[in-house]
Amino acid sequence: MDPVLLLVQGLNGLQLGVMLFLMAAGLTLIFGIMNIVNLAHGSLYMVGAYLAVAFQEWTGSYLLAILLALPATALVGITVEAVAIRRLYTRDHLDQVLATFGLILFFNELVRILGGKAARYMALPAALSGHVQLVPGARYPVYRLVVVAVGLLVALFLYGLITRTRLGMLIRAGASNRQMVAALGVNIRLLYTLVFGLGAALAGLAGLMTGPLVSIESGMGEPVLILTFVVIVIGGIGSIRGALVAAILVGLVDTMGRAFLPPALGTVLPPQAANQAGPALASMLIYVLMAGVLAVRPEGLFPARTG
Amino acid sequence: MRQRGRVVACAVLVALAAGPVAAADRVKVGFIATFSGPIGLIGQHMIDGFTLGVDHAGGKLGGLPTEVIREDDQLKPDVGLQAAKKLLERDRVDFVVGTIFSNVMMAMYKPVVEAKTFLISPNAGPSPIAGAQCSPWFFSSSWQNDGAHEAMGKHVQDNGYKRVYLMAPNYQAGKDALAGFKRYYKGEVIGEVYTAINQPDYSAELAQLRAAKPDAVYVFQPGGMGVNYVKQYAQAGLLAEVPLFSAFTVEETTLKALGDAAVGVYGTAFWTPDLDNPVSKRFVADFEKKYGYTPSLYAAQAYDAALLIDNAVRAVKGKIEDKEALRAALRKPTFQSVRGGTIKYNTNHFPVQNFYLYQVVKDPAGKLRLENRGVVFTNHADPYASECPMKW
Repeated sequence: MDPVLLLVQGLNGLQLGVMLFLMAAGLTLIFGIMNIVNLAHGSLYMVGAYLAVAFQEWTGSYLLAILLALPATALVGITVEAVAIRRLYTRDHLDQVLATFGLILFFNELVRILGGKAARYMALPAALSGHVQLVPGARYPVYRLVVVAVGLLVALFLYGLITRTRLGMLIRAGASNRQMVAALGVNIRLLYTLVFGLGAALAGLAGLMTGPLVSIESGMGEPVLILTFVVIVIGGIGSIRGALVAAILVGLVDTMGRAFLPPALGTVLPPQAANQAGPALASMLIYVLMAGVLAVRPEGLFPARTG
Repeated sequence: MRQRGRVVACAVLVALAAGPVAAADRVKVGFIATFSGPIGLIGQHMIDGFTLGVDHAGGKLGGLPTEVIREDDQLKPDVGLQAAKKLLERDRVDFVVGTIFSNVMMAMYKPVVEAKTFLISPNAGPSPIAGAQCSPWFFSSSWQNDGAHEAMGKHVQDNGYKRVYLMAPNYQAGKDALAGFKRYYKGEVIGEVYTAINQPDYSAELAQLRAAKPDAVYVFQPGGMGVNYVKQYAQAGLLAEVPLFSAFTVEETTLKALGDAAVGVYGTAFWTPDLDNPVSKRFVADFEKKYGYTPSLYAAQAYDAALLIDNAVRAVKGKIEDKEALRAALRKPTFQSVRGGTIKYNTNHFPVQNFYLYQVVKDPAGKLRLENRGVVFTNHADPYASECPMKW
């Protein structure tokens, strides 16, 4: 196999992986600590992208847009928690699924009303829009490298936050035993709001970093949400470490599958059949991976909850 | 919509009480397209084009008071089928105009033509309807699906590209597109890749494409998929290395979102906004004045659909209940189409028409537009007409 191509596809997989990690980190904390199935997490991703594009059009600066959109998305998340999610803590998962699915419809329609039906486009500053020569024959877009770097930095930051700070200690405690944390006199309400705000900011970051790569449109969060659920199931619910490992695993498996499976099938099957089976199998791979992990480790790779 | 339904129902009751209704005192059109989701923009272009057509007909199609009932198929075949049934059974429309996607069209096609109601397609032209399943109740104001792809196949062939890489979404229209391209392209196809529908990121496929070192790339990625594809193609630096040819990917509904990434990309279509004929020029000017944006080919097709109905209803002097006469009029339209001249229908009720090459250019004011680069096919007929048993 061509090593240059393998390198490029590895980077593509890594980029998808860190993007999924940003989504999964928030979702796994919200699920693990607050015990909320938040289907609207993808909507926060979309809101992040839309806010970034709106701020960019308003200020004319990419950097300023990022800096404004990030806290703004966190604020949207905190508002959603205060208005809607807070009423769902005592309800069962089916009610939560229904209510947060309602939020998806609400946000999709809202951005359509405010942002228009047409897909939006986010321009990149000239410094980031080019591509670099990694090794001879392997050109790679600068922006995608930046995305990988930012994603890994955020992972490092989260690691520090969770393992080194008091807030992180509470988060870890909340993920393994919520009742006990509340019984010890911790303001669990405030912790919930903070965690939800943090999750929203991470989802928003994923959205606004994807913004310049894809078209920003109503409903863009749902395909990502499905992948994110796959990631947190593989990684183990409530575990940041699990989210990171699983996200990169899913990113690599999905990318490598899409890139190399159809041509590999083409060598053993007639072209017609390979064209039929290749894309279908490639899109199935991550679900096969999930099923495999669940069969061996039903709690995921790094289960966080013990009680 | 429901409110209006009630008003119409009341009006009907009053009219029934008052005595027999005079025949054909108005024409009712049901307009089905995708108005929601990312594809909703194409639906918007279409209904705007159709409305402008009604305006240019004096607000009355064929001189009759006109009611247009709009239905959203949400790009779902079952919803499209329901919309068609509602239009037929409850609204009792005289014409159904729709729809954008071929899979939705295939779901609603049978019920409409079996109800002996005229169905005008302002976009979708799937091969079964052009071939064995053709119907005397169906007319296309657009094209058979393969046309633009065949034209691009011929153009790429004629320009001596030897090794071509093909990409399309993994569904029927995507496979038809590449089949149409290959019907006229005789060189080597070094890759034929089908991507997932609504896939946002093509980085893996584009890396494979670059490694294959093609002379040219042909792509069919309609709507938002095209925006993502072309943007990423440009970001990867491929646009400078390998020329990109497309159909239904880079046009007025995606151009704004694409921005400068689209400059230089080639496409084929039956119509471009700069087409040099008086009807097209008036259509584009009035459309831009009324709606504030440049019409896409989708708007032009829907505009022609309105003019086609107007022309036929006029020809039968408003007697739309005489379906045989109406069909005879639809088959030989006498109005001037945006494509220049009158529409010439093949035996399967699809137009025999020209296809043009266009390229995206940036004018001195910085505005992106499609520039017509000349005709590829003159009076092109689709390959399925011979399978259609209809004779007239």
